[in-house]
Amino acid sequence: MDSDRIEKKIVLKAPLERVWRAISDSARFGTWFGAEIDGPFVAGKVAVGRIAPTEVDAEVARMQEPYRGLRWQVVVERIEPMTLFSFRWHPGAVDPKHDYSNEPMTLVTFELAEVEGGTSLTITESGFDQIPLDRRIAAIKGNDAGWAHQTRLIGKYLALDDQG
Amino acid sequence: MLELQDGVDTWAKAAPVFAALGDPVRLAIVARLCKEGPLPTIEFKQCAGGVSRQGITKHLHVLEEVGLVESDRVGRDRQWRLRARQLAAAREYLDWMSARWDQRLERLRAFVEDGA
Repeated sequence: MDSDRIEKKIVLKAPLERVWRAISDSARFGTWFGAEIDGPFVAGKVAVGRIAPTEVDAEVARMQEPYRGLRWQVVVERIEPMTLFSFRWHPGAVDPKHDYSNEPMTLVTFELAEVEGGTSLTITESGFDQIPLDRRIAAIKGNDAGWAHQTRLIGKYLALDDQG
Repeated sequence: MLELQDGVDTWAKAAPVFAALGDPVRLAIVARLCKEGPLPTIEFKQCAGGVSRQGITKHLHVLEEVGLVESDRVGRDRQWRLRARQLAAAREYLDWMSARWDQRLERLRAFVEDGA
């Protein structure tokens, strides 16, 4: 398994233009992502906002509720209409007391293409190998379902220990 | 799968691992091993500006005690490597991040497919 990147590929039953707007228009992006973003996305510029529970899924909204108002920030990298949108960010940056600014960021890329029946979307997030290990552990610990993941993590840890 | 009621012992067992990672020199050591694979003691000098070889060895032993690293004797030096459980943490992290994208994509799907 590649430890540096995540790749997701789906086909959405919606026209290319609508998918493009849902991703590149900061207000629409915020609606499904769960953030209130100030101003539009501009290539090369920082986009700042706050975590705002998503309006799309009530259960997820409930999970996001404790993080409401927390600073949300990305550095927009490329905007190529109908084709590609990318930004850099600090994944899992949920500790308001921690200064993430000197830590490496991952690169998130959305690639779109028109296909029969809708729009294909490929999302990749890369650069995880550069994220400090303690930050990765803290991200699992500090997350919505943190406890469940923590128990899984420790369960795996102990299982591995038993195997020697 | 562990449940919360598995009790304090389980948690107490894991706590030293996180504590050991709380030191910047040890964290730098682990990060280098994560990135570059097994390394001899001498290689960790630049992880710790000003820390003596004895100091480095001490840090390595702290990591060894909590099971984060292990070593083999190679000539007069030791070769250090991460233990599998640590890699499990990195993998777990990626699984978690991956699951978050799945959730976000489902929300995006709902937004573009059902939304007006």
